[in-house]
Amino acid sequence: MPEQLLYAMEVTLNGLMAGVMYSLVALGFVLIFKASGIFNYAQGVLALFAALTLVGLQNGQIPFAHLINAALGTNLHSFGWKLPVLVAIALTALVMVGLAILIEKLVLKHLVNQAPIILFMATIGLAYFLEGLGDVMWGADIKKLDVGLPQGISETVESVTDSIFGYGFFIDNLDIVATVVAVLLVASLTIFSQYSKQGRALRAVADDHQAALSVGISLRFIWVLVWSIAGFVALVAGIMWGTKSGVQFSLSLIALKALPVLMLGGFTSIPGAIVGGLIIGVGEKLFEFSVGPMIGGATENWFAYMLALIFLVFRPQGLFGEKIIERV
Amino acid sequence: MKMKFATAVAAAMSLAAPAMADLVIPNLSYRTGPFAAGGIPYADGFNDYFTLLNERDGGIGGEKVQVPECETAYNTEKGVECYEATKGLGALVYNPLSTGITYQLIPKVSQDGITLYTPGYGRTSAANGAIFEWVFNYPANYWDGASVAVKYLLEQNGGDLKGKKIALLYHNSAYGKEPIRTLESLAAKHGYELTQMPIDTPGQEQKSQWLQVRREKPDYVIFWGWGVMNQVAIQEAVNIKFPMENFIGVWWSGSENDVLPAGDGANGYKSLAMHGTGMDYPVYADMQKYVVDAGKASGAGDQVGSVLYSRGMYAAMVISEAVRKAQELAGTSAVNAAQVRDGFEALEITEERMAEIGLPNFGQPFAASCTDHGGPGAAMIQQWDAAAKEWNLVTGFIAPDDEVLDPLVAEDSAAFAAENKITPRCN
Repeated sequence: MPEQLLYAMEVTLNGLMAGVMYSLVALGFVLIFKASGIFNYAQGVLALFAALTLVGLQNGQIPFAHLINAALGTNLHSFGWKLPVLVAIALTALVMVGLAILIEKLVLKHLVNQAPIILFMATIGLAYFLEGLGDVMWGADIKKLDVGLPQGISETVESVTDSIFGYGFFIDNLDIVATVVAVLLVASLTIFSQYSKQGRALRAVADDHQAALSVGISLRFIWVLVWSIAGFVALVAGIMWGTKSGVQFSLSLIALKALPVLMLGGFTSIPGAIVGGLIIGVGEKLFEFSVGPMIGGATENWFAYMLALIFLVFRPQGLFGEKIIERV
Repeated sequence: MKMKFATAVAAAMSLAAPAMADLVIPNLSYRTGPFAAGGIPYADGFNDYFTLLNERDGGIGGEKVQVPECETAYNTEKGVECYEATKGLGALVYNPLSTGITYQLIPKVSQDGITLYTPGYGRTSAANGAIFEWVFNYPANYWDGASVAVKYLLEQNGGDLKGKKIALLYHNSAYGKEPIRTLESLAAKHGYELTQMPIDTPGQEQKSQWLQVRREKPDYVIFWGWGVMNQVAIQEAVNIKFPMENFIGVWWSGSENDVLPAGDGANGYKSLAMHGTGMDYPVYADMQKYVVDAGKASGAGDQVGSVLYSRGMYAAMVISEAVRKAQELAGTSAVNAAQVRDGFEALEITEERMAEIGLPNFGQPFAASCTDHGGPGAAMIQQWDAAAKEWNLVTGFIAPDDEVLDPLVAEDSAAFAAENKITPRCN
């Protein structure tokens, strides 16, 4: 098999894996948009906040230590414990639920019946607030996130592909784990929304707020529920991306990678977030591989948006988004 | 009521503005945003050195130093806003720690008559003092760094790089593109093959570039990154099992922040260093006594001795020496911005002086002049020991290849002069 074709296959596989990582971020956007029509600008910051909290809890870091030390003249930094990974993840998930309750009580409740742009602006404010809160609570230094996920080349994939093609493909073990987690996450979300009472209520609210309210579904409960789920999805995305680069404030920028995925897959479809991520991942990697060297490289950021825009020309609602017809 | 309000405002302003006799050296820092992890230790080192001078020596030449801090978030527009907001305080010199902000400030400082000091970053050709009257970038600049990296590789290969493949992995920005011309010129001279691999900011996803490295198997990767790009690149190099001793970052890709997230895998990674590393310098005893133990440390006080803290401290030390020189030349301790510029231009830092300051063998001695605002440009190579979690210097100072660099600096600065109708001085 020609060498270039083998390389293209390797790039495609890695593109699929990168796409899964983008989808993990996009899923959080979709969940909130689907249930409440809010484009949550703070989704990237939620992932950052969740990852910061996870590392802080895991390492027994004292939140607000810098402030406490400045105010009381103490020198506190750590509780002196190391929490097991699963306990730390569970506690972080609880923190995200608490955050969802606070967001509903302090922000969303006061903005019922406001135009979507107002809600969008509120999430911008929320993003800045959470970024600052994360900084004050846990500090701005880079933190190593170690929840036991494997990283580095998959020896199995390398040796199998080497025996078949005479060239060992590179696949990162972390990407393989991310793919498995994304599949489990989507399956769980689908089962939850199809077969549980709360899931059906969530779908009802997504379809029609007024009708859902008229049959006794609590909009406030649904908002707390959906922000909690989005918080959990953000935690998963934060773990995957934070393992890759360390937990630091640039983690919030992963939202930029999710936007073209949403434009392409549609803002209201969970499968759309996955398929959109895969198309963007493969598209940008193959373009960089084949065309990049001819035009100076670094094409991935803009190519993802260009690809999404091309799709929008033909399907303005995205591949799987709901077609909204508004009559005058 | 109005009177009370006016009094309150006046009181607030008197607190915010430095006393008129103080030396004002604003710190355009970034403690928030995606690049905060690099900005915080640098800002802390910068502030702490001036705090040390104030607490131990009563300032510089008897004048207290005020360091009003302004948050840029490594954003060029905010950096310019910070400059405009602080220059009226009587600012003597700026050190914005951003090449993007530097490019925007060069015409402004030239107009306003305030020194811009950009050690190890900014516009390389500002080393030509005949054109860039108000800008100084000693002791080393990007082109020096690129040349030192190649010289080190020459040493490693018995003086011959013919047929070797070197990849430049860089931040796709003005900063990251700086070494390209130098490396191209050096490739023509030494016969190595240069491959350029840009990475878009912020650089969280670099799979394409590292697959390319894996396919093309360069002998060495020279790396010009900043922020999250550094941590991801080092992790990806570990992932593809690239030999870490053949991976060399610029000095902005060589802090503890960059290597710690990759754990043991980062062992052996190298970077350029334009100053010493670690806390084995006498100055740290005073820093502990007068600043840290006195509860006057900047930020959380937990960055003392780190690579970027040392760099911020070094920048503050050079500025304080330039101010000292200015006071000597002007015959007054209350120097103004123009006099401080003269101090920068007449500055000579000898090894004896470095030892007096408490930083023996920390940085290279240099002497500036009307034409030379760039210094000797030498740098060392440091290597990461993951087990001990420390950087170790593996070379002494290596001088750059001025035979290649001088014509490049002359050409670039002449183009700037022509564009901005500047008549070269120092004749």
